[in-house]
Amino acid sequence: MLVPTGDNNTMLSARNLSISVGPSGKRIVDELNFDLAPGDMLALVGESGSGKTMAARSILGLLPAPLVTTPDSSIRFEGQELTGLAPKALRQIRGAQIGMVFQEPMVSLNPAVTIGEQMAEGLRLHRAMSRAEIKDRSLAMLERIQIKDPSKCLASYPHEFSGGMRQRIMLASVMLLKPRLLIADEPTTALDTLVQRDVLDLMVELTRENGTAVMLISHDLGMVSHYVNNVTVMCEGKAIEQGSSTQVLHAPQHDYTRGLVDALPKRSAGGSRRAVNGPPLVEISNVVIDYPGRPRLFARAEAKRAVDGVDLTIRRGETLALVGASGSGKTTLGRAIVGLVRPSSGTISFLGKAIANGRSADARAQRRDMQIVFQDPYSSLDPRQSIAEIVTEPLKLDTELDRKRRTARMDEVIEEVGLTRDLLERFPHQLSGGQRQRVAIARAIVRRPGFVVADEPVSALDMTVQKQILLLIRSLQERYGFACLFVSHDLGAVEQVADRVAVMQDGKIVEIGDRDDVFDRPRHAYTRALLDAAMLIDRRFADGAGARKAVAQ
Amino acid sequence: MVRFVLTRIASAIPTLILVSVAVFVMMRFVPGDPATLMLGDLAQPGQVDAMRHQMGLDQPVVVQYLIWAGNVLSGDFGRSIGSGQEVLPLILDRFAVSSTIVFVAVLVASAIAVPAGMLAAWKQDSLRDIAVVATSTILLSIPSFWLGLMLMLIFGLYLGWLPVVGYVPFSRDFAQAALYVILPVVTLVLVESGPIARMARASTIEVARLEYITHARAKGLSESAVMWRHAFKNAFAPTLTLIGYVLGSLLSSIVVIETVFTIPGLGRLLVDAIYARDYPVIQGSMLFIAFIYVVVNLLVDLVYPLLDPRVAA
Amino acid sequence: MIARALGRPGLKFNAIFGIAVTGALILLAVFGPWIAPYDPLKLDLPSRLSGPSPVHLLGADEFGRDVLSRLASGARTSAWIAFATVIFALITGTALGVLAGFLRGWVDRVIMMVNDAFLAFPGLLLALGLMAVIGASREGIILALGLAYMPIVVRVVRASVMSIREREYVEASRVMGNSEIITMARHVLPNCVAPIIVLATTMFGWIILSESALSFLGLGVPPPAPSWGNMLSTARPYIGQAPHLIILPGLCISITLLGINMLGDAVRDWLDPKM
Repeated sequence: MLVPTGDNNTMLSARNLSISVGPSGKRIVDELNFDLAPGDMLALVGESGSGKTMAARSILGLLPAPLVTTPDSSIRFEGQELTGLAPKALRQIRGAQIGMVFQEPMVSLNPAVTIGEQMAEGLRLHRAMSRAEIKDRSLAMLERIQIKDPSKCLASYPHEFSGGMRQRIMLASVMLLKPRLLIADEPTTALDTLVQRDVLDLMVELTRENGTAVMLISHDLGMVSHYVNNVTVMCEGKAIEQGSSTQVLHAPQHDYTRGLVDALPKRSAGGSRRAVNGPPLVEISNVVIDYPGRPRLFARAEAKRAVDGVDLTIRRGETLALVGASGSGKTTLGRAIVGLVRPSSGTISFLGKAIANGRSADARAQRRDMQIVFQDPYSSLDPRQSIAEIVTEPLKLDTELDRKRRTARMDEVIEEVGLTRDLLERFPHQLSGGQRQRVAIARAIVRRPGFVVADEPVSALDMTVQKQILLLIRSLQERYGFACLFVSHDLGAVEQVADRVAVMQDGKIVEIGDRDDVFDRPRHAYTRALLDAAMLIDRRFADGAGARKAVAQ
Repeated sequence: MVRFVLTRIASAIPTLILVSVAVFVMMRFVPGDPATLMLGDLAQPGQVDAMRHQMGLDQPVVVQYLIWAGNVLSGDFGRSIGSGQEVLPLILDRFAVSSTIVFVAVLVASAIAVPAGMLAAWKQDSLRDIAVVATSTILLSIPSFWLGLMLMLIFGLYLGWLPVVGYVPFSRDFAQAALYVILPVVTLVLVESGPIARMARASTIEVARLEYITHARAKGLSESAVMWRHAFKNAFAPTLTLIGYVLGSLLSSIVVIETVFTIPGLGRLLVDAIYARDYPVIQGSMLFIAFIYVVVNLLVDLVYPLLDPRVAA
Repeated sequence: MIARALGRPGLKFNAIFGIAVTGALILLAVFGPWIAPYDPLKLDLPSRLSGPSPVHLLGADEFGRDVLSRLASGARTSAWIAFATVIFALITGTALGVLAGFLRGWVDRVIMMVNDAFLAFPGLLLALGLMAVIGASREGIILALGLAYMPIVVRVVRASVMSIREREYVEASRVMGNSEIITMARHVLPNCVAPIIVLATTMFGWIILSESALSFLGLGVPPPAPSWGNMLSTARPYIGQAPHLIILPGLCISITLLGINMLGDAVRDWLDPKM
């Protein structure tokens, strides 16, 4: 166990911080130690279930019901012991001296209270200020974070803003009190890449201006290393490695950390890409997809154009990545190819035959040769089917296969996707996220399709699991030669699997080319912005990130 | 916002039209010929035919509906077969009685049950919570007419504190009137507190685990400020819908209470009309009660955005 | 979380009490005639309005009929009516709800328009109106209450068909090449069963309550056949002389409803992984 030598300059220090389920239950955080100096930054990094979020919440005594800190835990803030502090004394520290920013901007601002009221609340409570002063301060802060029309913003409700804007507003409302410490719990995980970068930069700027220390909680070692020098890696409640981010990233000591670093996107991971020059498999020409607007009293609201005149060819055996922010139309296009969404105009053809629209038997037969893997393995498997039923279901459409041969095929596929046969009788909720996604992949490839759409197949998974799934997709593709449309917002994942990359913005493809061309020599400004925001680790670490960190420290 | 209000009001119109059609169709199936009922058993066949003509019963069904709907819109609900009185004034008279009792009862029930449910939810699984859940589940299970009879037995007959049956209009003698409605109101308060408390509790539990509640705590707000300033509005919104539903549906289900305490209310009017096959009264009061129900729900929908601004977006 | 791990005290009690009461009701409904000491319609005028005694364990009513025997017979009536009504409302409501949710388009619009009109009648009102049309009888109550509760089933079934057909595993089934009907039968309907079961349990309680209210108003089970509701109604004039005639039937209704409500809560907790 690493015990940092706390010097006199520490502001926050935790010793033996342990959290258990009830006074005598299982420990979800186990003897955690860390120190943070005034104005400094510290990151807790770990995957889901590592206990990082609860460790952060325990500082302000915000653990949910059955969780408690153990009696020998100690959290000292500015010389004051926080564990066991009376609720009233604790409330004077919350918000005023230690602020907290949460992960989901959609649910962490109260939908029923105006922005102005939510900003004013903290000031009114902790600072003796007049109503007018509070308003002036709030307006100045909103201007500082570049919100258009700040006075209108004060009277608005959270639902009127996008996720990124809400996160900026939450950050502003917390920093308004100039706390000594900011705890940021996965502040950008729910946001698009470009927005993520903006919000993080803003956070660094605001805390620098006020001399506020930051404790950043994240699952993303790559992102953390861009901003923070001091990293603690957590696994199953324990701090398994502590040190500077450079050291953790380049010379990880612990096996788990090594796994985590390996999971960071690297171009070499997927193997060197050969140029794929197979014949065209899927041809998309001038496809437009509109979503009808909501019906209103006398008319319909204006239709929303999701895909706006796209031409695209996917060749046999290749992986084409479709990259873009949420709302760019990439998912809609992927779903249109497999026939889940009907294009408003344009044609999609598969093996030279136009995709028959509608639900005819012909269309269904054609679709069997293409499959889809969805983003969320929790909702893409029928909760009432066993794994065996899920995997064999597609085979039932094949009348030539009898039960025996179906079972044989199932066993084969289950092994190929790296699952064991003892899972076959289980139900989806008894499996982990990674296992479920393997089941979804097994279902997709069991009939040996020529083409698979993978719609954000890894973005709901932990980093290390993501890596495994990406490698699995590649190896299966190598073996069976199916083509893949890999829809993703995550350039890191794309870099590892794609042969070619198409970048989509506002329903249009703005750039398409071989992977190395797009990543190394981006032509379109939007592609450059995306790449810059993605904070890809292995190339940029030395130059860009170093500079950014220097600013942050 | 203006669009939301107009859309919502406009959407109630087809519902009301359908309701009137449903009532009209239902009345066509009431056994017995209205003209014969109107004239009594001793009427001559010729008289019946004349009556049918006078009542428009020889017209096509659609025409009959349109005539009736037109009359209703101009406030003419027809005349009672039994007493010959005009139906609408009769209904309004009885409505005043029923609505006073229902309104007071629902108001009191909400004032007790909503805070009880919220406080229970705030400390889930505590003794307080278990007590509230147990009480509300028991109240939910007691039929109102039996509870009324039991209260009558205890406070009226056994203790002799309150009058047992009857009704005095508030306009005649306020104190006396109040004395007579205590038992019916208390009965309804008890019975309706059950579902309201359960709903308030369930929606508060739902809200209490959301991130903005933790966020409010992280700002340093006290527990009561977190609860009333941040949880209340969000948790009360679905409860308000239930309260509106209770308010609207009590206007008909109060009939059992009116029967227990012999109160001349709207429900009693309807049931007596059903016994007497007084179809203009049945038709009129069904339409009226359904109309009030639709309007109450409409009002709730219009108030809803004040609690949850997202719905008006 | 911890209370759940230890078995939330309320939860187990709910299930046990609910099953016990519902079970007792079913036993009483099936074996009532063998348990009851007398014919529920047999007059014994000398004992009229008498309280509990060795001859009439729970007393006798205004015609000297044995209250225990009448309660047992009433249980049978109530349980049978509620059971038949639930089945009626479930079958018709599920059929219409699935039809609306499956076919969508104008079929959906027509079904939902009529359905919403039915739902615009509050509480007992629709049942009262239908009773006026049909006339008071056992079959009448089943029809009237069945029609009055059917729209709620339609609503719930259609809503869950609509929400489940948007799930990704349903889309996966379509991409797989399954026809709409197979997708519906294999993936959509089985996942709608849970909300329907919860609704059916709750509805059973509502219907027992509505039936007793209608009978209390004289628009339900016609006398002399006993039902808990009409027993209260005929005993009301004698509330001062023979309070047991009021107390006992009401107690039966309340305990039954409490049991069904608790069973409903237990079923909901059990089927809803979220709570």
